[in-house]
Amino acid sequence: MAQRISVTVNGTTHEAEVEPRLLFVHFIREVLGLTGTHIGCDTTNCGACTVLLDGRPVKSCTIFAVQADGRAVMTVEGLARDGALHPVQEGFHEKHGLQCGFCTPGMMMTAYALLQRNANPTEEEIRWGISGNLCRCTGYVNIVEAVKYAAEKVRSQPAAAGGRS
Amino acid sequence: MIPDRFEYFVPKTVPEAVGLLQRYGPEAKLLAGGHSLIPLMKLRLAAPRYLVDLNRIPRLAYIEEDGAALRIGALTRHGDLEASDLVRARYPLLADAARVIADPLVRNMGTIGGSLAHADPAGDWGAVMLAARAEIVATGPRGARTIPIDGFFVDTFTSALEPDEILTEIRVPKPQRGGGGAYLKLERKVGDFAIAAVGVSLGLDGRGTCGEVGIGLCNVGPTSLRAKRAEGALQGQKPDDAAIARAAEAAATESDPVGDLRGPAEFKRDMVRVLTARALRLAVQRAKGGA
Repeated sequence: MAQRISVTVNGTTHEAEVEPRLLFVHFIREVLGLTGTHIGCDTTNCGACTVLLDGRPVKSCTIFAVQADGRAVMTVEGLARDGALHPVQEGFHEKHGLQCGFCTPGMMMTAYALLQRNANPTEEEIRWGISGNLCRCTGYVNIVEAVKYAAEKVRSQPAAAGGRS
Repeated sequence: MIPDRFEYFVPKTVPEAVGLLQRYGPEAKLLAGGHSLIPLMKLRLAAPRYLVDLNRIPRLAYIEEDGAALRIGALTRHGDLEASDLVRARYPLLADAARVIADPLVRNMGTIGGSLAHADPAGDWGAVMLAARAEIVATGPRGARTIPIDGFFVDTFTSALEPDEILTEIRVPKPQRGGGGAYLKLERKVGDFAIAAVGVSLGLDGRGTCGEVGIGLCNVGPTSLRAKRAEGALQGQKPDDAAIARAAEAAATESDPVGDLRGPAEFKRDMVRVLTARALRLAVQRAKGGA
């Protein structure tokens, strides 16, 4: 029953035998040990499990690991490079864009993808962009500030904008 | 939440996928975006023994116009429709709907074909396609056939697709001169299904009189609904306030909502009236070249 898959996560290719019913988020957390990707609601509502699949932010709790075979994935662990925080991470730190921190990895992956597409988003575009990521602390004001901070940083230092995908 | 076990297939062509449906019958399910199916499997409300993943079949995702219609490949993601310049420029009814389906993350996976084939009365595309008078292309063992949208939604979660058919394309008639459309959705929050939503498509002739009118209703009945009497109230009429009010009243009467956690039936019916009037006014404005 197990199927062999090969998935490139944060620039490293992993091969594994997985049961088809294994959810991608469980593959990331339990097979690869990358526990930065969180499971919040487990019902496709909250976006805590957001990762980038071929560059697009998706909910990894609603994808089977076998669907990621041959594809490139980026998780929150892929944001920092050589020990330096990515501008998105720096923004969340500087602007206090987190309270309990549970939604933060997913929030940052969505923000990262948003800034890849549009490095100069309006506040409305940011709010629209993160509308699939829920913060139960309701810390949205500072989250939006964090994304604005990151956007400015990405514009002034485009070299820092990439992650390891 | 862990789904039940299943065997996973990755066909490379539509005929190969159809062959798997023929072989495994009702125990097989098609996987497109999976954002209705996988949650159902995690809750064990669905436990297909065979899962046929369509995502590796090339040329099933496209948005293009031919002589008569906008042709949308069934595997096109909601987000691709939302981002399409062609859709935004020429199909306002579709563009409005694409940006209010679920949330941005879901729209990156969910597909228009999967949504229609699921035949959920809360699916936004159903009401849109009824208003747009779309056609569904279904491909089975004997090739492709076209199903008019009026005959597509049979019952809740039941479409006119045969068990061995795959929805492969949606065809939306090209906009006529003086055409306009709109989709308005009332939802409790981003990501929720509609309390009620209304899609409208209409054409105005040179004298400002309505020709073809299409009105589709979302999540206010056992299936996506077409509000035929509301359409009739506008056809051949100038869309003034009185005519729009009559059409909106008719749409409310034709809706068949049930009370649930999104509100009592009377409330939803009244929201159909309000949304129909607003969507018609917006569509008329767009037909005249505004908004």
